[in-house]
Amino acid sequence: MGKSVLLIEDEPNIIEAISFILSRDGWSVATHSNGHDAVGVVMAAQPDIVILDVMLPGKTGYDILRELREEKGMVDLPVLMLTAKGQVKDREMAERAGASRFMTKPFSNAEVLEAVRELVNA
Amino acid sequence: MGRDTLTGSRIRERRAMAGMRQAELAKAVGISASYLNLIEHNRRRIGGKLLVDIAAELGVEASLLSEGAEAAVLASLGEAAADGAQAGAEIDRADEFAGRFPGWAALVAQQHRRIENLERTAVTLTDRLTHDPHLATSMHEMLTMVTAIRSTAGILAEPGEIEPEWQNRFHRNLNEDSQRLAESSQQLVAYLDGAGDAAASLTLPTEEVDAMLVAHGFRFDAQVRAQPEDIRSFASQQPELTSEASQDLAASVIRQLSEDARDLPEDKMAALLARHGTAPVDIANEARLPLTVVLRRLAAVSDALLPMACGLVMCDAAGTLMQRKAIDGFPLPRFSAACPKWPLFQALARPMQPLRQVVTVTGRDARSFECYAVAEPIGPLRVDESPLYHSYMLVIPLQAASEGREVGSTCRVCPSVGCEGRREPSLLA
Repeated sequence: MGKSVLLIEDEPNIIEAISFILSRDGWSVATHSNGHDAVGVVMAAQPDIVILDVMLPGKTGYDILRELREEKGMVDLPVLMLTAKGQVKDREMAERAGASRFMTKPFSNAEVLEAVRELVNA
Repeated sequence: MGRDTLTGSRIRERRAMAGMRQAELAKAVGISASYLNLIEHNRRRIGGKLLVDIAAELGVEASLLSEGAEAAVLASLGEAAADGAQAGAEIDRADEFAGRFPGWAALVAQQHRRIENLERTAVTLTDRLTHDPHLATSMHEMLTMVTAIRSTAGILAEPGEIEPEWQNRFHRNLNEDSQRLAESSQQLVAYLDGAGDAAASLTLPTEEVDAMLVAHGFRFDAQVRAQPEDIRSFASQQPELTSEASQDLAASVIRQLSEDARDLPEDKMAALLARHGTAPVDIANEARLPLTVVLRRLAAVSDALLPMACGLVMCDAAGTLMQRKAIDGFPLPRFSAACPKWPLFQALARPMQPLRQVVTVTGRDARSFECYAVAEPIGPLRVDESPLYHSYMLVIPLQAASEGREVGSTCRVCPSVGCEGRREPSLLA
């Protein structure tokens, strides 16, 4: 089994597409669709990398990431943030929250794949 | 040179515009060309019958020659010069300019008014683009659809075999997402089509309630004796209130305003105003009513009982504006957060303490207002539980020029430089 990715995203067809391209590349993909219990899900799954959408029902990706970084052993977990907002202030918010990388929608499959590979192998 | 001393210049310009020679006009009004020449160079005063005759020959009103351009044109020229101070326009010669070149002066004035209108439109649209929750949600949904389509299409377009089951699923997803994208984009276009008319596209229950309150001038004196269910029924019949949420919200506001009308009917307010003027604290003390009741009621009856309409704005403890009665010169932001220097917010820091402050609104008009603000608790008192507060601010226009504390509407459209309360850059900086 390859390395694991936890994809936290609420749009079903994006989940399906990203899951497909990562699975095809040999990753073990788990998914989750809401912000309420996202931190607990990450803690339980202990993935090699998290792909985290910003706009989620229940809690924003920024808040999830801030809480996650305060958990033991989660400081260095690679987190790729996905957002529809590409302004400088959004990028800064992602960095302050502790994002390893920030990607603006719409992105290509190749960009996601490359970012995931780089972050896990960094 | 004064306006009345430039009559000759105006005659010369008007004659030139009419294509008449000096001798021709002089002959028509029965004077010599050399005398007309002296008049046109402002070296002879002119008035009475001769001025009327010359005006008649030139096909203009005599007052246009004697008084020059209309006051509105001169006022606009003055405003245009003040706005573009760096250009170094000769403000003291605006009258001469308008007299000698009335067409150009009218054009400058017209352009200035057009710039003002465009700036107002830009402010409205920027406010919407920056802070409108409906627009932000729509854009997010569209980008999400586009992302899904791009990823799915990318998978299908890549070389290599995909199992038929996956292929079918992705084709179905593509079809669904493209349909959703088409619907979202149509809705967005319809929404943006109404962007120029800010009042035509209400999106939130609070906006609908605001529109309904404005339509009734904040007055619900006819509902003084209405039962709660009657008020709810009345709310459901208001054309501005399109949702259950807005009707429920409106019903509670109408109930409050009708209770204010019951406590301070118009004849009683008229008597109190005659004794105290627009001094709400004195009115509240005599009427033995909470100051917030007086502030709301003053704003409601000001249109009928006072020479000038008064504005009102209310916020909760989080600073969110919840009731707005706008007046000229004191713009209230529709979506974005208001100026933190408003007394409305200072009152939240000192509950129950009435505040009075003269403020001057930044911007071209720079008008001054007397503001009264107070924050009072809402709901029943409970032991060991801090109450929630609503803060109200009455805004009274000042007739005479006054130097008050500089405040804005919202940072995005406030030209103030070096403001310690600034949250974001100004569009007008």
